[in-house]
Amino acid sequence: MSRYMGTSVKRVEDPRFLQGRAKYVANLSLPGMAYIAVKRSPLAHATIRGIDTSQAEALDGVIGVFTGQNLLDGGASFACGALPCGFTPPDIVTPAHNPVAVDKVRHVGDAVAVVVAESPYIAEDALDLIDVDLDPLPAVVDARGAMDDGAPLVHDEAPNNLSYHWPLGDEEATNQALADADHVIELEFINQRLIANAMEPRACVAEWDEATESMTVWTTTQNPHTIRLLLGAFTLGIPEQKIRVIAPDVGGGFGSKIFHYPEEVITPWVARAIKRPAKWVATRSESYVTDAQGRDHVTRAKIGVTNDGMITGLHVTTWANNGAYLSTFAPLIPTALYITLLSGVYKIPHIFGQTYGTLTNTVPVDAYRGAGRPEASYLLETMVDLAARKLDMDPVELRRKNLIPSDEFPYQTPVALVYDSGNYQALFDRAEDLSGYEALRNEQESARSEGRLVGIGFASCIEASGPAPSAVAVGLGAAIGLFESGTIRVHPTGKVTVLTGSHSHGQGHETTFAQIVADEFGIDIEDVDIVHGDTDRIPYGVGTYGSRSAAIGGSALVKSAEKIREKLKKIAAHQLEASVDDMVYDQDEGTISVAGSPEAVKTFAELAFALTTADNLPEGMEPGLEETTFYDPANFTFPASAHVAKVEIDAKTGEVDLQSYAAVDDVGNVINPMIVEGQILGGIAQGVGQALWEHGIYDEDGQLLSGSMLSYAIPRADGFPSIAVDRIETPSPHNPLGVKGAGEMGTIAATAAVSSAVLDALAPLGITHMNMPLTPEKIQRAIAAAGNGGGE
Amino acid sequence: MYPRPFDYVRAESVEQALDLKSETEGRFIAGGHSLLPMMKIRMTSPETLIDIGRLDDLRGITSNGGFTIGALTTHSMVASEDGDGFPAALKEAAGMIGDPQVRNRGTVGGNVAHADPASDLPTVFAALGATMTTASKGGSSRDVAAADFFTGLFESALNEDELLSAIKVDAEGGGRGSAYAKLFNPASRYAIVGACAVVDVDGDGTCTACTVAVGGLTPTATVLESVASALVGNPITDDTAETAAQTAGDEVGDHVMGDVYAGEGYRRDMLPIFVARALAAAGSRAG
Amino acid sequence: MDVSMTVNGKEVSADVEPRTLLTDFVRNNLGLTGTNIGCDTSQCGSCTVHMDGMAVKSCTVLAVQADGSDITTIEGLASNGQLHPMQQAFWDAHGLQCGFCTPGMIMASVKIADGNPGITDEDVRHGLEGNFCRCTGYENIIKAVKMGAAAMGGQS
Repeated sequence: MSRYMGTSVKRVEDPRFLQGRAKYVANLSLPGMAYIAVKRSPLAHATIRGIDTSQAEALDGVIGVFTGQNLLDGGASFACGALPCGFTPPDIVTPAHNPVAVDKVRHVGDAVAVVVAESPYIAEDALDLIDVDLDPLPAVVDARGAMDDGAPLVHDEAPNNLSYHWPLGDEEATNQALADADHVIELEFINQRLIANAMEPRACVAEWDEATESMTVWTTTQNPHTIRLLLGAFTLGIPEQKIRVIAPDVGGGFGSKIFHYPEEVITPWVARAIKRPAKWVATRSESYVTDAQGRDHVTRAKIGVTNDGMITGLHVTTWANNGAYLSTFAPLIPTALYITLLSGVYKIPHIFGQTYGTLTNTVPVDAYRGAGRPEASYLLETMVDLAARKLDMDPVELRRKNLIPSDEFPYQTPVALVYDSGNYQALFDRAEDLSGYEALRNEQESARSEGRLVGIGFASCIEASGPAPSAVAVGLGAAIGLFESGTIRVHPTGKVTVLTGSHSHGQGHETTFAQIVADEFGIDIEDVDIVHGDTDRIPYGVGTYGSRSAAIGGSALVKSAEKIREKLKKIAAHQLEASVDDMVYDQDEGTISVAGSPEAVKTFAELAFALTTADNLPEGMEPGLEETTFYDPANFTFPASAHVAKVEIDAKTGEVDLQSYAAVDDVGNVINPMIVEGQILGGIAQGVGQALWEHGIYDEDGQLLSGSMLSYAIPRADGFPSIAVDRIETPSPHNPLGVKGAGEMGTIAATAAVSSAVLDALAPLGITHMNMPLTPEKIQRAIAAAGNGGGE
Repeated sequence: MYPRPFDYVRAESVEQALDLKSETEGRFIAGGHSLLPMMKIRMTSPETLIDIGRLDDLRGITSNGGFTIGALTTHSMVASEDGDGFPAALKEAAGMIGDPQVRNRGTVGGNVAHADPASDLPTVFAALGATMTTASKGGSSRDVAAADFFTGLFESALNEDELLSAIKVDAEGGGRGSAYAKLFNPASRYAIVGACAVVDVDGDGTCTACTVAVGGLTPTATVLESVASALVGNPITDDTAETAAQTAGDEVGDHVMGDVYAGEGYRRDMLPIFVARALAAAGSRAG
Repeated sequence: MDVSMTVNGKEVSADVEPRTLLTDFVRNNLGLTGTNIGCDTSQCGSCTVHMDGMAVKSCTVLAVQADGSDITTIEGLASNGQLHPMQQAFWDAHGLQCGFCTPGMIMASVKIADGNPGITDEDVRHGLEGNFCRCTGYENIIKAVKMGAAAMGGQS
């Protein structure tokens, strides 16, 4: 029995956040600190004819102004390198991405010059005084249009703006399966551009130590070691052991803080150039044009079904917009995290999917919460809904017919993945029960008879979380393995410091990881501290994304704890003069005793101290008590969900009222139900945001029209009903905790569920599909068009 | 995002504020919730800010048959005003501006002087037939009808040497009611369409007088006379309101603005719906 | 120019440029970095503080405008080492994740709960329209504000 696992321990990290004592990068102030502001391109595509910095340099309080060329020419020892791409499938074209543009700008917001000043106010004043002479070029913004003949070229080395083509599955067999189907439903649609909008804007502070020739970089990242690796190997020209990267408290990431950004190169470069600490903090306006964005697919899909509702095959072609440069993991998202998910929770005999990764004059696109998996779920659930409608079958019934049976796990899909475990039938049962699905349908029927537009959406989704077995990741094109480190350091008094390569930026690791470790040893949670986010304190680790922390980072700790328990058993056996095989570790009490002789007992703390006095150790045992594990997972984990949304649409205005939402998720075993629920709820809000409100809109010139919180609709508290959440638990067999990822499931399911509900509400009007976001305008236009005799 | 440098002076009296204005050609700042955001993005950069925020004489609502709303009265104060006969449309529109924190700082005078087409109050004041009182040097003042005050996109009849000191509105009740109906932009909370109706009804519930103004979709608050006259003489029901609202589109003419969230066509379609909603709500308050 | 004000019960004064935002004044001049900056358009509410008893967005107030005012920031909410009931409620209800919006969210919540111990879901959702949270989906924030309001018993 465990004392902490499975219980809603209140978060131990909260007091500092509640009282305004958090240590975000922007809060850091160092003696002599200089402030950086970045001059950015107002045009999406242009040749740089010249940059006149003389007036800015003359401004009182300006320390220096630097161009992209200055960074490249910085002297042999500290010339900046290009930002690398960390996922390179075969035949990919990876154009150079300089931290500050040289010769050409390729998106609005591309950096063109760097100001360093005595205050952030002066730095911004100096930006006004930099004269950048740009010669405009035609821009291309559309994921698919980028490949058209004659489209403007973003990079000369990428003909047709194509960076990569990634096919998976047996196309011939899939085509045959579609030919054999009773019905084939085809749809072309857009999965729109999103902007993560973590509440904390990105920031970077750097300090150069001339004496040791070493650099400390504080940055808003989800993975400090990855940033250190890239700074050392590619961008900064400083050896990796001379770089310390610290990610202190980070105010949300949602993927957007995984990547290595230009400002993480610029800031340390400046600190070294001026020999003073330097600080850059993004304004929100800069966030909109520099943080890597999400989604942005154009897709053509075909699904085949039999008359009795069995899916025969799925054929998918997607054009994925990668923006102007390949961000750190950009090509991974619409390929190995997307095409491989197209089987969903269903047995689909034949699937073929392919992605064309294109370059455009827009902000780079990379992982955003869910990252490829919400795109796959939305696609599949949309197609399944259309199939059900074609057959005049209840969409839940059609789904149930095609579910992978619970006794067929591990299940090999036709798109590479092997699902670990699941019980989708039980998930459906619980979701129908929690949402009152039948009652909702009855309510809908009576509403429809009154002419009201009520819709019910059902989405059942899968996620591959916890990337990834390193051999699989590297085999697909990743530059690094995706294991995780976990060190447990037991101090002489029996208190414990845990060092984890995972990084918490809202997920609550300081609590959940302490729960794991306290239970492993049977000690109080107050005796366990979690340290994360500092490359000088923690062994090399990979970081937090892809819902991987508990499954991989947590498992690393379990393994380290096992090693420590084994050592403790050995020293206890030695001191109690018994056989190691007879030692019993009581995880409730934190004691080791001899089987059958409970009076012969040592406590965890006593043994920890014994390893410090080190005067009475078994032969060959080293003193000290610290263990490290680099845990490489055997497989992804596969959380699943069934979410039900109910909406009513104002037929006059097109406004959507989200009236109820019920979510049932299977994320395997749960360490802290309160935190898991929080993750699911937050994910749902972002998923609903995509379905109803959020849209990064570019005009044909590459201007971002929704580039502020005044025009990009971030979900607010009044956009939601109270959300019901519940779960079932089918443990993952692939990690010692039996956990599956919980961070992204809400987002993956909610977009599909709410879109489905809106389209269901509009079904009586003959409307079959609308691209998200489902804004009042679009809905009202569709209703009006339907009234005039045709759907959209 | 920081404003460019400026000089700052705090006025201790209206007279001093007007003197400073003529000496410096600066801008008045009260709550600053229209001006500071524009200064932060450096869209406007006054050399001098004249802070009139401490001129307490200009703050507050006084009842004198009608109501006089001092220019420095915050939106929060208007939204929570419960004086007998205070126009319901004004109260509800003030409560729809921005968010609670913005309403705590933003002032009625600042909002009106800014003449933002998507703002709510110009529409309401136009419908209420409000009177804007300005002060200028030497203690002189002038009254401008709301209909004449809003002259265009971010443009008003306020002269460079004037300060908006108060807004006067009539009381309602006794057969008069008003309402404001708004379609929110989900990001900015500004009005995609805002419609304000003020109606008088007789003892039988027949509409005897009506004023309707709309904003959000037009460059400036626009009074819709044909809608009003279509309603007069009829009982106010959902149906009569909808019928009367049908001509709203004709009356705003070609001057309909759109943006990425809500295009011109959509706004045009929404116009009669929100006009009808305002009329019906005003009617039920009047009767 | 010189400004003086009371911040968290203490008299403070400094010589600042007129364009100094109140947010920057408390963060940089006073080192009270609990007040966060999340946007530049007065939307997100991360910078919410109390000014003369009202919740305001300190990114849209000049320090010189606040001269002579009484300011409370998140650092001034707890007293005698005891969390304010609203802070406690956010902790108990898991009303925060990354914590960045939390100071502003709590400062706004204290004011909407003031005098409203039985505040409804709808009032909370409406009352927080000026505060964005990207982590929680608001559900637990709503719960927290209701709990906090009840614990405050109508007093701030």
